[in-house]
Formats: sequence, structure tokens, C-alpha cells
Amino acid sequence: MDGLPILTLIVFSPLIGALALLLVPGHNHRAVRWVALAAALASLGFSLALLGYDPAGAEFQFREDLPWIEAFGMRYTLGVDGLSAVLVLLTTLLSVVAMFYSWDPIKTRVKEYYVTLLLLMVGMLGVFVSLDLFLFYVFWEISLIPMYLVIGIWGGPRRVYATVKFVIYTLVGSLLMLVAILAVAIAQAGAGNPFTFSYEVLRQFAYTDAIQAFGFIAFFLAFAIKVPMWPLHTWLPDAHVEAPTAGSILLAGVLLKLGGYGFLRFAIPLLPDAAVSFAPIIIGLAVIAILYGALVAMVQPDMKKLVAYSSVSHMGFVMLGAFVFNQQGLQGAAFTMISHGITTGALFLLVGIIYEQTHDRQIAHMGGLNARLPHFAAMFGLFTFASIGLPGLSGFVGEFLVILGAFAYNGYVAAATMLVVIASAVYMLWMFQRVFFTVPSDWMRQWWPALRDINRNEWIALSPLIVLVVALGVYPGPVLELLAAPVDRIIEAVNGAGLTAFGPWR
Amino acid sequence: MELLIALIPALPLAGFLFAVLVGPRLDHVPIHGHGHTDDHHGTDTHDHEVDDSAFRPVPTEEEQRATSPHAGHADDLANAEGADGVIPADLSDGLGQAGHVTTGGERPRYRSWIIPTLFVGISWLISMAVFVQVIFGGQVFEVTIYEWIASGDFVINISFLVDELTAMLLLVVSTVGLLVHIYSIGYMDGDRGFWRFFAYLNLFMFSMLLLILGDNFLMLYVGWEAVGLCSYALIGFWYKKPSAAGAAKKAFIVNRVGDFGFGLGIMMIWVNLGTLSFREVFDQIGTLDVTTITVIALLLFAGAVGKSAQFPLHVWLPDAMEGPTPVSALIHAATMVNAGVYLVARANPIFAEAPVAMWTVAIIGVFTAVFAAAIALTQNDIKKVLAYSTVSQLAYMFFALGIGAWTAAIFHLVSHGFFKGLLFMGSGSVIHGAGGEQDMRHMGNLRAKMRWTYVTMVIGSLALAGIPIFSGFFSKDEILAEAFNRGYLVFYVVGTIVAAMTAFYTFRMIFMTFWGEWRGPAAVWDHIHESAPTIVAPLVILAVPTVVLGLILGIPPEEGIIHGWLEPIFHDVTYVGALPGSILDGYNQRDETHHFELFGLGGLLLLVGASVAAAGVFLAYRWYVQRPESAARFVERIPLGLGPGMYRASANKYYVDDIYQLVWSRGGVLVSNALWWFDAKVIDGAVNGAGWLAATIGGALRKVQTGRVENYGLGIAAGLALVILVYATVVR
Repeated sequence: MDGLPILTLIVFSPLIGALALLLVPGHNHRAVRWVALAAALASLGFSLALLGYDPAGAEFQFREDLPWIEAFGMRYTLGVDGLSAVLVLLTTLLSVVAMFYSWDPIKTRVKEYYVTLLLLMVGMLGVFVSLDLFLFYVFWEISLIPMYLVIGIWGGPRRVYATVKFVIYTLVGSLLMLVAILAVAIAQAGAGNPFTFSYEVLRQFAYTDAIQAFGFIAFFLAFAIKVPMWPLHTWLPDAHVEAPTAGSILLAGVLLKLGGYGFLRFAIPLLPDAAVSFAPIIIGLAVIAILYGALVAMVQPDMKKLVAYSSVSHMGFVMLGAFVFNQQGLQGAAFTMISHGITTGALFLLVGIIYEQTHDRQIAHMGGLNARLPHFAAMFGLFTFASIGLPGLSGFVGEFLVILGAFAYNGYVAAATMLVVIASAVYMLWMFQRVFFTVPSDWMRQWWPALRDINRNEWIALSPLIVLVVALGVYPGPVLELLAAPVDRIIEAVNGAGLTAFGPWR
Repeated sequence: MELLIALIPALPLAGFLFAVLVGPRLDHVPIHGHGHTDDHHGTDTHDHEVDDSAFRPVPTEEEQRATSPHAGHADDLANAEGADGVIPADLSDGLGQAGHVTTGGERPRYRSWIIPTLFVGISWLISMAVFVQVIFGGQVFEVTIYEWIASGDFVINISFLVDELTAMLLLVVSTVGLLVHIYSIGYMDGDRGFWRFFAYLNLFMFSMLLLILGDNFLMLYVGWEAVGLCSYALIGFWYKKPSAAGAAKKAFIVNRVGDFGFGLGIMMIWVNLGTLSFREVFDQIGTLDVTTITVIALLLFAGAVGKSAQFPLHVWLPDAMEGPTPVSALIHAATMVNAGVYLVARANPIFAEAPVAMWTVAIIGVFTAVFAAAIALTQNDIKKVLAYSTVSQLAYMFFALGIGAWTAAIFHLVSHGFFKGLLFMGSGSVIHGAGGEQDMRHMGNLRAKMRWTYVTMVIGSLALAGIPIFSGFFSKDEILAEAFNRGYLVFYVVGTIVAAMTAFYTFRMIFMTFWGEWRGPAAVWDHIHESAPTIVAPLVILAVPTVVLGLILGIPPEEGIIHGWLEPIFHDVTYVGALPGSILDGYNQRDETHHFELFGLGGLLLLVGASVAAAGVFLAYRWYVQRPESAARFVERIPLGLGPGMYRASANKYYVDDIYQLVWSRGGVLVSNALWWFDAKVIDGAVNGAGWLAATIGGALRKVQTGRVENYGLGIAAGLALVILVYATVVR
């Protein structure tokens, strides 16, 4: 692709915005917000160019390749395929939504807040477009720190505990990932090849069983923590509960997808033999996560925690679909990532709306809100049903494809997974009933006269999500088309794979 | 024509969008004005912007009765009027007027029904045109709109198929749907949620039409889930009532239990055949082994059991009566609950290959028919009687499907759709007229004041009871005759007993409601009136097919015109060999040489059917008109003193709801809480423990940090040696 370095523009527009913010006086909140929003919108605008991705063309398009640290074979290689293109679009969109939503709620350290969010964008976007493993690692780490700050500074009362847990968990994961990256790069170079971190080169190499096994375990832990996968998930509810609304939107909407993306882009194609061998265990864990997340969500007293546990369940779908290694499962997994980003992002946003007004998220403290906040209730209902996989909304497509793929893999796995159609209806509708139906709780009465429905800014923030949740449910074709080729490549990579010497599950 | 078929569901969808976007602006409800409410739920549906009424829990039926229905209104209004302190004088008269309460000269105005009803009307016109084309013109329409999901070999189109079976359902769904829209204009008048109601109704019409028009299993599933959503929204329409909110949730979740099976069944079809299109699946189903086909059929049937409220998933339908009565008529009697029957009938080539699945369908059908009828005998809520009756009648259809009498099942579906829609709308008119009363013990003698409602409901009841010439007589007796002719004598006998029970509880309802003395508060009696024309007109219109449909479609019995229509759709069961319930070995196919003879076996069966129905009606007359105390005496006379216990068991729905509540609701919460404890204590405990361990070890290791360079150098050297060692041994 000649012409503009689109990907660089997408990734670094927010950085330029962050630098520009340094020149804006911090007390001028209005200016700060507009500059930040402009930067995020610029990034979103550039990312729309990715809609021009040609599914029939080369694998990685919009490529950029510059030398970086040549001594160690590290290069600045960017490129997107269908999978990363849709994730980039999701990221830029949700970032704009999060920033727009933060307009009113964030009143302290506004400038620092927006700088942090912009840096977070840089990290997240960089992860999705890097084709150099070391560059990927750098962006991965960049994405970690701003989220630490977002929760730690603008978070709730137990934010210190939550951030420490979050950071230690993910740092352990990313260090393991660094080891794995170094291991594959060194192994490849050890065979007499030039030293490189290039993804496209490294995935061609046939690694020994030992490298496959240990490398995969290290990748697995790194990505599984991020997803998060049962039983490595306990950082997530804490982080969500303490994070400010925008933090939750980006955490659930994008950061969790880094883990799923890591599996689909790196762990599986680089080390397909190990991936195939470990698949049964991962599928087992995924099924546990799906059901366990749903059951634990059922009894959560806090709306945000409920949505957080539902994320554990939904991300279990991503893992399940990724490791059944067929088109339906893999496409379903990728589609679920997109859909979950939209629906859960929206749900967190909506929970934020009521939290801003009452400073409470306890389900038992709600009740009867449908009478007072009809628009809010309607939107919450829309995303509730999207979340429980109602056909016609985006959640259904991914969920159905994943279970279908799982059925092709093993009927019993599909049957166990399918139980979640019951469980998800229970936990979401039970919450919906307690929050919106019957009459307000005594506690809610004190806020009743002051309650307001969705305001203009919130509508603007929500509207793209509303459009997408319907559009992707009714017409998922374009996204599925983008995902088809990347998925085929993964299947190609794992075809006939399986560890010979280190395959305990073969 | 193709485009027109797409318009059939598209118009209600447009109506829905219109109602959502524009509807609120078309209704004008004065802030202090109170519309007249049609039944006692209505009292709770007035959302004032900021007033106390939002906090008021809903008055129970007992409280309502303790005062008078008016007191409820006045009380609520007093709250609403608040500071103004003006209670309109004509308020207590609210029930006496059909529709309007004037408050300070401001009349509430409702216009949001116009476009939705108009669109459904156009959709109905097209439906009828299509019906005629398909049934009389012999055409089959196939329309593909666009490719919906494509993932590898899994390709699903949004496409429609209208054949004879779909056409029959189209007749019921479109017609009853349109009539319910008209009925609701009057029935929901005065409800603040007026536009919302029409929006949901239109969304339901869209979903239901999608369900019956889809040409593949996934489209069917889409419609299936979407009608479930609409059912949820409409059962919970009066959401401030905890019972309504709970019933809505219950309906959705119980349906999802069935969908668990239905979804898996669809996936299993695709995994085995690589397609979900009806045509292709039915062409290829024979290539699979019987076990696979049976599992597929049973999974699909699980969905049908949920949607059509068959045992053991019947529990949601009676609770669904919390919804406004037009909803009960449309969704929970005439259309949505038929979806399960439609699914099995549509998938008849699959079921026909799976004897065990057929047998299961028949057994569930026969059992549910008895079970639900036995509950209906003792219910006192007029809508509950009809709800259990619906469960029981749907069970007849499954019974017919299970023995391979496909056409008889669809015949009963069509006739039941009309007469049960009529009965529900009639019950709504009664509830409306009786000031929100639903308990038949507090009704009586309504025929004196509600002539039209009375006559039409009697017509519907005659059909439901299976009295000759009414549609239910032909369709029900066809099912029983098929059972007899195919050798399922046990099923025949049970089915005939249920027919007698049906006639009894139906006329028990009629006599308790319309005959005898008025048993409610005297003050209410003066206000009882015939309902508005928009309510009565649909009753009259529906009475027409209830009278003539059987005569048109069902003569001669078992070979009526409907058999010719549906013949291309249905596969004869191909297996041979007796199943339990059939005493004739090797005979469960229809004998082609057998023909109906009025002065033969066929006539005799009709006579038996008519007689048991008449007996049931007579018993109801004797117990509820002639000697009102004899029902109680009969209960006491049951030997061994079992009578009262049996009565209680029936009145308490055989405790199925209570058992589910204990096992599933309590059990589910218990398990979930246990898992949450595990999550917090064990998993997170391990995490925190690891953190504590790291801190402790770190604290110990701090002492290693001596600050002496030579110590560090030693450490570095040792570490390097270790790395090399590991690398050399493990990696190489």
C-alpha cells in the first residue's frame, strides 16, 4: 500500500493528541476534552480507511516496514488482515465512546485522565497492527500501564487492591510472553536463519516439540490471564468494580480481546502442534468458564460485577471457538469478540449512567426504574437481549457459530455449552426484573425526584453501539467475510498438527 | 408476488419502528387525566412523571374486592392529583363509560394504533391473497432476500417459503393478529402504555410471521426466539406488578430450557447434513441412521414442548395470563403457542423416520391433555381455565402428531386458533365489563348485561367442548378417530375422557360466568355493560369461522378438503411395528382402503364424541346451575377420603410449580452461591495467598541485598551458569 502510512496514523494520532494536551492548560477542561476527542476522532477517522481492506487481496494490507533495532532483528512492521482490521475499528470506536462518555463524569485531574486514555489507545491499537513480535510486546506493555493508572487514580474505594492484583497478574503474563517470544525467535535463529522477530518469518519455522510445548504454555498463560480464562479470572471482577465507567468499557471492550487476539494471531499459528495437543484441556477450561461465569453472575449483588462475570462466560466462548479449529468455531470466536465489545461496553456505559446519579450499583437498591427512566430501560433491555444471544442482535451470530463449531468437534461439549442459553437468560433477566420492574426500593426513593434519563452526551456515546448491535445481528456478512481468510489460515496451520513427542493428550 | 411475501412480515416491522419512534407523540394523556381502565391491572399502569403512584405496590385482587374496583381508581387518582386535590366528580363513574374520563375538559387521545393496525391490515390482505394462491392456485412461493450468515459451509439465507402448511398458519396468524389489533384499540384505551402495547404487538406479528415463513430451521429459530422476546415484553407489560414481572421472566426462561434442545437439534442437523434448508434436510434425512434421526427429533421436540407449554415445561403458560388479555388471546392461545405444533408438523419427514420420537410426542401429548384438563376443572380464574384448556388442546395436537395424524393436528390447530382466540377475547370483554374481576366465583348472570359477549362465548365454548357442527367437534373427533383407526386404543380412550372433561370445564366456566346470580359486589353490578364495538366486533367475526370452519374443512370426517390441501406436505410414517399404546401389531399406518361411513364405524365414533361432550356439558349444568352444592358433595363422596386432597392437588396445579421453585430456583441459587464462595475463597484465596507468599519471601530475600558488589557478581555468574545449563539440556 503506497501513500499514507495509515496504520501509523491510526496508532499515533492519539499520541500526538497526548503530546498536544501537554501544551493545554490543565484547568481548561473544555479545551482538554476537545483536544483529546479530536485526537481520538482522528484515529477513528483514519481507521475507517481499513474498511477498504480487500478480503480477496494479500493477507496483510496497509503494510509498513521500517528498520527499528536492526542488531536484534527488530523491525517496525505493521499490517492488518481482516481480523486485526475489525479489532482496530472496534478499538477506535470504543475509545471515542469512552472519551465521549467521560465528558461529564470525570471532574478530577481531567488532563491527566485524557492523556492516559490516549496512551491506552496507542497501546491497544499497536497490539492489533504489529507484525513484529517484539514490537507487539512493547505495545502490549504500553497498554497495561495506562489502565493501571485509570483504575488506580480514577477508580473506586478499593482501587489499590484491584490495581495491584490487575498489574501483577498481567505483568506475570506479559513476562511469560516475553520469554516465549524470545524462545521462538532464538530457536528460529538457532537453525542458522537470520535473527528476526518478524511474525511472517517466525510462523514458517517448524519448532521442536519442547519449544512448542513450553512456548505455548508461556503464551497460553499470558493470553489466558488477559482473556481472562478460568481459573485465572479473579482479577477481572475486582478491576471492573473499581474502574471508572470508561475504564470498564475499554477493559471489557478491548483489553480482554488482546488475549483472544493473542491466541488467534500468535499462539496458535506460531505453535500449532502444541495448540492442537493442548486444545482438549483449553476447551474443557473454556466450557467451565462459560458455565461457571454464568452461574456466579446469577448471584452477584452488584450490577457491574454481574456484567464482569458474564464477561468471563462470554470470553469462554471465544476460547472455545478458537480451539475447536473449524471455520464456524473460529469465526464465531472472532465475531464474539466484536459483539462482546459492543454489548458489554454498552452495558457498562449504562450501568455508569445510573451510578453517576446514585453512586450505587447494588441491584437490591434499584427497582421500578422503567417508570422513571423509560429510555434508559429500553436501551438496557436492548443490550440485555443482545448479551443473551437473541437472534437479530449481534450476540447471537458469534454464540451460535461457536456452539455449532463445538458441535462439529464434539456433541457433548456443545450440549454442555448450550446450557448457557438458559443460565444467561436467568442472570440477565433476573437483574433486569429487579432493576427496572416492580416498584422502587426504599433506598431508590430518595433519588427518585432527581433521576434523569439518558442525556444528550450519553445518547451520542451510545448511538454507534445501538446501530452496530442491530446491524451486526441483521447483516453480519461483511464482518464474517473479513474474518474468513484469517480463519482459513489458522485452520491451515493446525491441519495435521499435533505434538509427537510431547503430546500427553494425543 | 415474491416481493409481496417479503412485505407480509416487513409491514408489521415497519409498524413497530413507527410506533416506537413516533407513537409516544401521538398519544395524549393529560398529566392529571386518568383514562378509564379496563381491568384492575390498569390501575397500575399510569406512570406519572413524579408522583407517589410509582411507589405504590399493586393492590392485590383481595384488596380490590374488599373495597370496590372504583375505590382502587379513586385512591390512585387521589395520589395522582396530589397537590391539586381535585378528584373529578365523574371518576367513580369511570367504569360506566366506555372509554373516556374527562378531566378539566381535557380528553385523553390515542392515535398511535392507527399506523400499526393499518400495516397489519395490509399485511393481512397480502396474506389472504397468498393463501388463496397457494391453497387454490397450487403455487408454492420461495423468496430469498439476502445471505445472512456465511461461515465456511454454514450458509444461511433470509428466505421465505410459503407452501400449504405455511398458508394454513398464515390464515390463523394474520387473521387473529389483525382482530387482536382492532380489539386492543378499545381494550387498552386509557392505558398510559398504549403506544408501547401496539409497538410490541407489531413486533410480535413480525416475529411470528418470520417464524412461519422461514424456509430453514435457523429462520424458524430466529422467529421462535423473537416471539419469545415479545411474549416476555407483553406478559410483563404491567411491569409494576411483581407477579407480572416474574411471570414474564419465567416464560422466557422456561422457553429457553426448550430452546436448549431446539438449538442443539438444529446444530445436529447441520453437522450431519450440512444444510438447514427444509427442502434439503427432508430430502436427505433418510440417509442418516435411526438413532441420529431420533436424537434430532427429540431435541427439536424439546423446543416444541417449551413453546407449546407441554408437560413438563407447561408451567409458564398459566402464569403468562398476567399479561393483558389481548396478549393472551393472540400469543398464548392462537398463534405463538402453536409454534411447537408447527415445528413438529414441519419436520414431519424427520419424525416419521423416528418411531421412538413419535411415540414420545404422542405420550407427552396424551399425558399433558389429561393433566392440564384435570387442573382446568378446579380453576376459578376465568383466564386460568382457558390457559389450562389451551395447554390441553395443544396436547391434543401433539397427540395427533405423535400418531402420524398430521393433517388432523393442523386442522385442530386452525380451528382451535380461531375459537380459543374468540374465547380469550370474550373473557377479556367479561373482565372489562365486570370491573376487572377475573374470579368466576364473583361473577354470575352476566348474560343479562353482555348479550354479544355471551352469545359469542357460548359459540366458542360449544366448539371447544366438541358439540356437533362447531369447528372443534370436527377437528377433535378427527384426532380421536385417527387414533382409533390406527389402533391406538388406549390413546383413544384417554382422549375421549379428556373430551368429556373439556366439555365440563368449558361449560362450568360459562355457567359460573353468565348464569346464576351475580355474586360480586352489588355496586359493580350497576356498572356492568357490554364492551365497546371495537371489542365486540372481533368476537362476532371470530364466531363465524368457529361455526363454519369445521363444516367447510372437515366434511367428510377424516377426508375433508383440508386433507387434500395438506397432502403434499406430510409424509406417511414409514415404519411398521407396534409401539406401546397400539394394540394392532404392525399397523400404525393409515389404511388407505378405509373410508368414512356415516352409518358405520366412523359415524359411531362421531356419535361417541358428541355424546361425551354432551355429557360433560350436562354435568356442568347440573352442578353449576341446577344444584350448585353438588360439586362439593361429589368431592366428599370420593372413596377413602381422597376427595379433598385430590381437589387441593388439582387446584394447586399438582404442585409442579412448587417443586420447580424448590429444585431449580432455590437449587440454582444455592449452587451459584456455592460457586461464588469457591470463587472468592478458593480461587481468589489462592491468588491472595500467592501474593502473601511473594511478599513474605520477598521480605526474607531482602536480606540478600547486601549492597556488596562481589556478592551480586557471584549471583550473576551462578544465574548465567544455570541458564546455560538449562538451555543446553532441555532445549537442545
